[in-house]
Amino acid sequence: MDDVPASFPRGEDGFVDWDKVDVESVELPADEIKRAGLDQPVKVELEEAKEDTGFASVIVVDNLPQIPEAKFGKLLNVLTKIFTQIGEIREGGMLMPQDEATKTSLGYAFVEFANEQQAQSAVEQTDGYKLDKTHIFKVCKFDDFEKYQKVPDEYVAPPPKPFAPRENTQAWMMDQRGRDQFVCRFGDETQIFWNDPQTKKGEDVYTRTHWTESYVQWSPKGSFLATVHRQGVALWGGDSFGRIAKYGHNGVQFIEFSPCERFLATGSTHDPTTADGVTSVLVNFFDTRSGAKLRTFMGPISDFIAQGQQGLRWPVFKWSGQSSDESGCFFAKMGTGMISVYAAPEMTLVDKKSIKVDGVVDFCWSPTDPILATFQPEQGLGNQPARLSLISLPSKKEVRSKNLLCTGSIVGVNMYWQASGDYFGAKVLRTTKSGKTTYSGFELFRLREPNCPMEVVELANKAEKIVAFAWEPKGHRFAVIHGDGARPDVSFYSMKDKQGNNNCTLIGTVKNKTANHLFWSPNGRVVILAGLKTMNGQFEFFDVETMETMASVEHFMATDVEWDPTGRFVTTAVTSVHQMENGYHMWTFNGKLLYKYGKDRFFQFLWRPRAKSLLTAEQEADIEKNIKKYSKRFEEIDEKIRNEADSNVASEKRATAEKWKKWVESKKAVRDTPIYKQALDELLGDQAKAKLDFVETTVIEEEILSIVEEPLS
Amino acid sequence: MRPILLKGHERPLTFIKYNREGDLLFTCAKDHHPTLWYGDNGERVGTYVGHNGAVWTCDVSDDSSTLVTGSADTTAKLWDTKTGECYFTFEFDQPVRAVALNAGGTQCAITTDPFMGVPSAIHIVNVNLGDRAAQRGEVVKRIEGPQGRVTRVMWGPLNKTVVTGGEDGIIRSWDVETGDVLKMSQEHSKQIQHLVMSDDGSHFISASLDKTAKVFDSETLECLKTYSADRPVNAAILSPIRDHIVLGGGQDAMAVTTTSSKAGKFDSKIYHKIFEEEIGGIRGHFGPINALAFNPDGRSFTSGGEDGYVRIHPLDNSYFEIP
Repeated sequence: MDDVPASFPRGEDGFVDWDKVDVESVELPADEIKRAGLDQPVKVELEEAKEDTGFASVIVVDNLPQIPEAKFGKLLNVLTKIFTQIGEIREGGMLMPQDEATKTSLGYAFVEFANEQQAQSAVEQTDGYKLDKTHIFKVCKFDDFEKYQKVPDEYVAPPPKPFAPRENTQAWMMDQRGRDQFVCRFGDETQIFWNDPQTKKGEDVYTRTHWTESYVQWSPKGSFLATVHRQGVALWGGDSFGRIAKYGHNGVQFIEFSPCERFLATGSTHDPTTADGVTSVLVNFFDTRSGAKLRTFMGPISDFIAQGQQGLRWPVFKWSGQSSDESGCFFAKMGTGMISVYAAPEMTLVDKKSIKVDGVVDFCWSPTDPILATFQPEQGLGNQPARLSLISLPSKKEVRSKNLLCTGSIVGVNMYWQASGDYFGAKVLRTTKSGKTTYSGFELFRLREPNCPMEVVELANKAEKIVAFAWEPKGHRFAVIHGDGARPDVSFYSMKDKQGNNNCTLIGTVKNKTANHLFWSPNGRVVILAGLKTMNGQFEFFDVETMETMASVEHFMATDVEWDPTGRFVTTAVTSVHQMENGYHMWTFNGKLLYKYGKDRFFQFLWRPRAKSLLTAEQEADIEKNIKKYSKRFEEIDEKIRNEADSNVASEKRATAEKWKKWVESKKAVRDTPIYKQALDELLGDQAKAKLDFVETTVIEEEILSIVEEPLS
Repeated sequence: MRPILLKGHERPLTFIKYNREGDLLFTCAKDHHPTLWYGDNGERVGTYVGHNGAVWTCDVSDDSSTLVTGSADTTAKLWDTKTGECYFTFEFDQPVRAVALNAGGTQCAITTDPFMGVPSAIHIVNVNLGDRAAQRGEVVKRIEGPQGRVTRVMWGPLNKTVVTGGEDGIIRSWDVETGDVLKMSQEHSKQIQHLVMSDDGSHFISASLDKTAKVFDSETLECLKTYSADRPVNAAILSPIRDHIVLGGGQDAMAVTTTSSKAGKFDSKIYHKIFEEEIGGIRGHFGPINALAFNPDGRSFTSGGEDGYVRIHPLDNSYFEIP
């Protein structure tokens, strides 16, 4: 009650008479407005209020032929036929007005459906329906008619918005010491740190409580941090981490940036509103810069999954790899027997039709090129073999395809692109003819060679279970964990033989490793053989160049492993799936522990990605060659910081010790005063004296028991 | 050096206390029988039989002649240390949690748990160590406590105050005469498990389930030091001769079965008292540590665990070489 302003009219009982309060006049305190973010115009889409006009289930069909009375019944029958396919037309719900004088129809009709949903789907399905060459239906809802009427006939250009400078969203990459940032989410806090290997701690950059309602995500080049809320998605960036944009999408669950950061897809599923309804899916596409909604895909869940697919799998739309910023990019969705590829920023279906891929169950894009890999399982009871295809966009030409043959059947296929898009591999699990045992093989494609030559690689013992497979980023190697026991083996292969020819060769196998996951450094060469989950968090830092283990460490119960974008550091984290020991450990690439960080209810750890290097390959090679020259400057800075930190710690320690000593002395001074001593003696009484009488003495007594002489032998 | 493993209790340990000279070691457990051991070699001297419930705490008089115990059977008892005879019983209507003798051994503070709608309370009773026949049971002062249990009680400087810690995580200092709260400290966010006064009474250390131990000024209740551990802390003690503290605890007893002993953090940790830095740890228990006590000579300490074991840890020379 105390919060109610005095200006409000109060009733006789002293309480506010809410009926008399003019709600419009109530103003929130300015700081409250700011805190709630209401000072900026909110662009949240409200669900359109369902007006109870009674016309919600009525649609208007325009652009019908104008026909004489003789043909009137015929047209009506045609229309009835069309619209009863969509929904139930109410009795007498079909009205086609006629000119009273000539009895010719006026070229439009009203149709009333049993409910609003049917009317809505009728609009969606029949708008643009071609009755014949000249008569293409224009269908809209009756309630919308007024809205469309208000559209002015002449286009008036909106006034250009004044230019507002935006903070540099890539400022963090200009850190003088070349450090990287990461974001942590724990409890209600979201915090961004610098990883500071010299002072061995995460240096705080920005903290905010209740920043996100579900999770956070960096954009692929690290320019923005996206927070996900009930009403939509917000992007934050720049040095101050101010809000850069927001996108309304009620109940958003999933977000996916295009690799060029120009577009953002947001997706959600919505439970049916009626008992017999179906779950619907909504996917919105936004332009990240302007915040404009570019396209919306909405429909029942069945539209978003292919036949035979188990449930909805995010991302429904997958973005193609990025080749250059300017050319835009593609995104694709899998449907029954087809893959629909759309082009951004036009947001239209490429060539206006989907690519037909019979029975497709899985697809993925090359991370660097507009090339799609698809997998079709066996069809027609084995008459059509399972098939892998690589399809290039926008030509939709099949670059390479491969029928997977086997005597038994194919149980599963997993597809893996190498991070630079040079290679594509598929792990194929087949059964023998009897169907009792399974064996695995790898189909490997070389994308950079003409016609994408292909090779099949099998393990020495192909019946062994494949635990994990991973390509070396920026390299030509891959690693496989295989074995059925608790301590599987790890094999390394190269796509080149020793002479540098294109022959897939085994580099070596290391036996008995506690590992079930592979994490390559983004730079390649180093791979972490990780034993997560049942293996309790064992990590082995392995150098593939020398085939040597650099370090074996443990982070008990670790659930996550994240390499920093430069491949210099790696973190292992225990997230809140476990109760105890939540937090992360920071390691160098060679397995040296830098520091630990513990926080209860630790949810997320994400390194901030870096934008692509502006250096050319030659420049990079030059730096690698003259690394000593370039690293000198950084080493000097590091040394200085370390020294400073050391001396800071020492002086801080001295001060702390000094402070404590002072405190102890002040207490002692009080206790040494005669008054205090006397009071204490009185309390202790006889015991005080007893304590004084208590004397401890140590007496050492030595006694010679006997002396025996022994001859030296 | 190898720790001495004392196996005498059948239930989790609750409290450990050395006498002033450090030659005798008293342990309390949930198995009703406080036990006396030799402090140097861990030989068992005997048990004090008479309680009918878990024994939560004990205290021993400065001359080691009398032992006070507080038990969930709603009694606090006075025992002859040497013979093991109970010569007096204070009876309450609620379970007794903490007991503490004042300096000089003339009075004893006894806290009772909230029970059947009766809130927790601190009772001050007179103790007559010299003339046991003259011992009476009446409560000199009854102070109504805060919400929830009062888990530990200590006497402040010159017996003017008692300091308590309890379920609400708040440390309070009470005027013994008037029963008023003189000072409060809300440094801990969860239940306080243990409080120990320093030898000179100038500061004390607290252990809390909020995974920290803290050192407070015993007069102002100002928090001087904080030691962050990665586990709930059940006990923390001050070294009598060095600027070190030892804390112990571990994952909540209820959740222990879900993880291995390694994850439970059942080791005792040594910290530097002034710099708040971790120095080292001593493993051994396979359940959370419930009780710790430093030998008054500072050369060993004893831990008692949920696993029912008591371990005397002699500190070897390499420990004393630590700066």
